[in-house]
Amino acid sequence: MTLAAAAEDLEETREAAASPAYDLDRVRADFPILAQKVHGRPLVYLDNAASTQKPRAVMDAIAACYGEYYANVERGVHTLSQRSTAARERAREAVRRFLNAASTEEVVFVRGTTEAINLVAASWGRRHVGAGDEVLITELEHHSNIVPWQLLCEERGALLRVAPIDDRGEVILPELERLLSPRTRLVAVAHVSNALGTLLPVRAIAERAHAVGAVVLVDGAQAVPHLPVDVQALGVDFYAFSGHKVYGPSGIGTLWGRRELLEAMPPWQGGGGMIRTVSFARTTYAPPPHRFEAGTPAIEAAIGLGAALDYLAALGLPAVAAWEAGLLALATERLAAVPGLRLIGTAKEKAAVLSFTLEGIHPHDVGTVLDREGIAVRAGHHCAQPVMERFGVPATTRASFGLYNTREEVEALAAALHRARELFG
Amino acid sequence: MSNDDLRDLYQEVILDHNRRPRNFGPLATANHRAEGNHPLCGDRVTVLLEVADGRIRDVAFQGAGCAISTASASMMTEAVKGQTEAEARRLFHVFHDLLTTGAGEGLPELDKLAVFTGVREYPMRVKCATLAWHTLIAALDQQQDEPVSTE
Repeated sequence: MTLAAAAEDLEETREAAASPAYDLDRVRADFPILAQKVHGRPLVYLDNAASTQKPRAVMDAIAACYGEYYANVERGVHTLSQRSTAARERAREAVRRFLNAASTEEVVFVRGTTEAINLVAASWGRRHVGAGDEVLITELEHHSNIVPWQLLCEERGALLRVAPIDDRGEVILPELERLLSPRTRLVAVAHVSNALGTLLPVRAIAERAHAVGAVVLVDGAQAVPHLPVDVQALGVDFYAFSGHKVYGPSGIGTLWGRRELLEAMPPWQGGGGMIRTVSFARTTYAPPPHRFEAGTPAIEAAIGLGAALDYLAALGLPAVAAWEAGLLALATERLAAVPGLRLIGTAKEKAAVLSFTLEGIHPHDVGTVLDREGIAVRAGHHCAQPVMERFGVPATTRASFGLYNTREEVEALAAALHRARELFG
Repeated sequence: MSNDDLRDLYQEVILDHNRRPRNFGPLATANHRAEGNHPLCGDRVTVLLEVADGRIRDVAFQGAGCAISTASASMMTEAVKGQTEAEARRLFHVFHDLLTTGAGEGLPELDKLAVFTGVREYPMRVKCATLAWHTLIAALDQQQDEPVSTE
């Protein structure tokens, strides 16, 4: 199910929301942090694109790990070590299901999306990108999908090319296609833009990239909380996401890679847990995914991530997407009615992320005014300075919605923006 | 009511200086100049000074930022115009202390700058209010004309 399909009919969404399939009160009760006041007002948490809050299932899973069976993994014959190892591997299976990956051997645990991209740049990139080769990204990428490639290109004497976006914040596909050549080794794109909310046509991009023999990496950090992802159906080669943006812990994330690519990749960090045999003369490496998981990993965080993905699966991502599409439609309508508000990012297909400027009011002042109303938003460049430059703004205010946000919270946001307008005149 | 709290931060004087910044623009006679920026929010300010015989004869600023940083820069230019370098440096310290520790509250030399007292309740915004002042000090020091950052 695509976001567009989810957004197709607001009425349908309202019906879906009213149906027992999506019980918002129950969902909110699962997130204890939401039931608090900030500056005397009910917390309205609209900074989900920066990080999401955690359901009790995640807290319970981490508490159970620490309270009942914690030990180091992959190393011990003793009972607790085996239980910890099994729990972490169950989390790996949860990720596999979540992405519809072919095998858990394709699921590498990392610290987050940034580390996943750096892993690919350091391991796959150093082996396959040489002088005169090209890496293609888009203009809407997060810094974490720009800087690792700049570093790689600089080191290898390769060229970083950038596919432009249009005024709505959509990648101009013919331009991207024009930039593809037999020299293109890798195409790295976001699935959903963190600053604009744009949903990219990843499958179409992958088809075109594969036609010239390039490998495709997708930064899925902003997509996985909002829509079902099937890496096999997308036809990509690497897919990265972070636990903390999908209602799981921080410090854990996933790099999914096609088995044949991972198997041919050298380690990127050396240490314990990633070897088969070590002698001073020669070390042989474990197969994926362990080859890329040197050192004691974030055990409880992986287990927490598994719990978060199980929680999402039980809710059903299509239901979440439908609910959020309704919030996006309502928020877009309400914000359009605020005088002087300019929406940055108006792609036809987008996630529930609204970046905007208010004429005559700096985003940081907007952020402060909203905070006093109990509303948490992000103000700044969102680690996407080229996007800010593209739209000629130093920064934006960004309201980003999650599965627990309500229509009343959209109204609270709109009302607070009208008050900001009055305050600043 | 939270709007009243906000009025402590966004006093009318601050909103007025934000809307109509004073001493804003180029300064042909400038012989000291420094740039400051706040990378997290993208605020940028350039402070231009005409200094002669240890006294700030004229001052102007340029740049773009939030209401707090713009008003602070604007009111700073009014406060330090005509002051000696030593007076301006002392005022920076008094102002800085006011926002960080609350020391110096009510000191007469703060004069109109006392409207920034409310910023102390917003720790994330202290850097906005002090950016222009740090840049002023850099302009007075005028080492290598290096950009100043409050990060």
